[in-house]
Amino acid sequence: MNLGYYPGCSLHGSSDDYQQSLKACFSALGVSLKELDDWICCGATAAHSLNHKLSIALPARNLGLAAQQGCNELLAPCSMCSLQLKKAQKAIAGDPALAAEMSRIVEAKPDGARVLNLVEAFERVGLETIKTAVKTPLADFKVACYYGCLLTRPPKVAEFDDCEQPESMDKVVEALGAKAVAWNYKTECCGAGMTMASEETVLELSHKILADAAAHGAQSIAVACPMCHVNLDMKQAAIEARYGTKYGMTIYYLCDLVGLALGLTPQALGINRHFAGRKA
Amino acid sequence: MNAKMQSDSISLLESLAQTKLADCYQCGKCTAGCPRSAHMDKTPNQLIRMVQLGDVDAALKTDAIWQCVSCETCTARCPKNVDCAAIIDALRQVSYERGMTSKQQAAVVLFQKAFLASVRRNGRVNEIEMIAQYKIEGFAAMRRLGFLFDGAMLAPQLQMHRKLHILGEKVRDRDLVRRIFARCMDGKA
Repeated sequence: MNLGYYPGCSLHGSSDDYQQSLKACFSALGVSLKELDDWICCGATAAHSLNHKLSIALPARNLGLAAQQGCNELLAPCSMCSLQLKKAQKAIAGDPALAAEMSRIVEAKPDGARVLNLVEAFERVGLETIKTAVKTPLADFKVACYYGCLLTRPPKVAEFDDCEQPESMDKVVEALGAKAVAWNYKTECCGAGMTMASEETVLELSHKILADAAAHGAQSIAVACPMCHVNLDMKQAAIEARYGTKYGMTIYYLCDLVGLALGLTPQALGINRHFAGRKA
Repeated sequence: MNAKMQSDSISLLESLAQTKLADCYQCGKCTAGCPRSAHMDKTPNQLIRMVQLGDVDAALKTDAIWQCVSCETCTARCPKNVDCAAIIDALRQVSYERGMTSKQQAAVVLFQKAFLASVRRNGRVNEIEMIAQYKIEGFAAMRRLGFLFDGAMLAPQLQMHRKLHILGEKVRDRDLVRRIFARCMDGKA
């Protein structure tokens, strides 16, 4: 199976442990990822905060590239990227005047590819296929599946799972033989892109997520977004210092867990490059 | 602000946000679910109310619009399908364009600006270059020495985890990226 691949800036930057994990995991599943040639940034929060038109145009450029490169399914493993791509696609599909304007702005026709977030990509592979491929069931893993904001919200754009009580990631984790714990903060915000500009925001919001996961018996948290990982993993020591607690919570990208169950080593998946919790 | 300017501003916000402000009946569900509302000078439903009543300038000057983390909970839960997160985006854009952003929130505004500047130059975010611009402009705006070094202690750790990339990436067709930015932000054809 082939999937188009839109890494986004994080996976080519400080979150390239996510890309390492993703590539190792999908390769083990027999899925080849074909990176979109000459992709550009989706614009993220900066674009949708400062210029609405740009927040549609930047994803539209990538959708134009996908069309030119014959890509029908595009995996965007950052939930900000996948939402921005879906949002632009929806806006263009529902408004012929906007579609014409965007074609002019990005000098291409931005139609078509089906955009997949990480969980959707695993669903596309098939949970039964994944289950059959498991070599090392994750029997002693108690995982809190953390969806964050943009995998499911806003529901009319994301068109994915239930935005209040999502279960899709839990199903993937259980297919690996792990226990997905029931908890309350599945879709609360971690502070997202405020990591640099307002650290206090991130510490407060991410602390609540870690605390609730720990209170419900989770030993690790699964995420499907590089920003969620930065805030819960890289900022975990600062959260512990700020609130006088100790979590030692391992934060896995969902593909880390799938990869481990497929028999890949933590080193192959880049888990040893995380900041908090278990490295091996 | 006269009545005509008020209604023009409301129309501009509604057209940017693609939503209808009059639909909001002030139930407060947006604020109840907002993870930042406890810290905001105006809560999400208050922001909407201010705009409904024509007090657009006051809404444009709030801290709240820059404290919003864009989690989209307000939009997802609105029983009247008002796209509250998009209204906040529209307020941010107009506030930025009219130079009315809150001084208290300068760090957030400058971060977003540095992020877009890096994308405009390279087509992708160059983390080091973006942080450098953010720190220099932030220091110039806030005159707080500590600001320059906030977060600096993470650099050696990032290096240790092989997460620090000094050389950022550039896309090949940067001319097109510049044309896209010019068409969207500078009103060029």
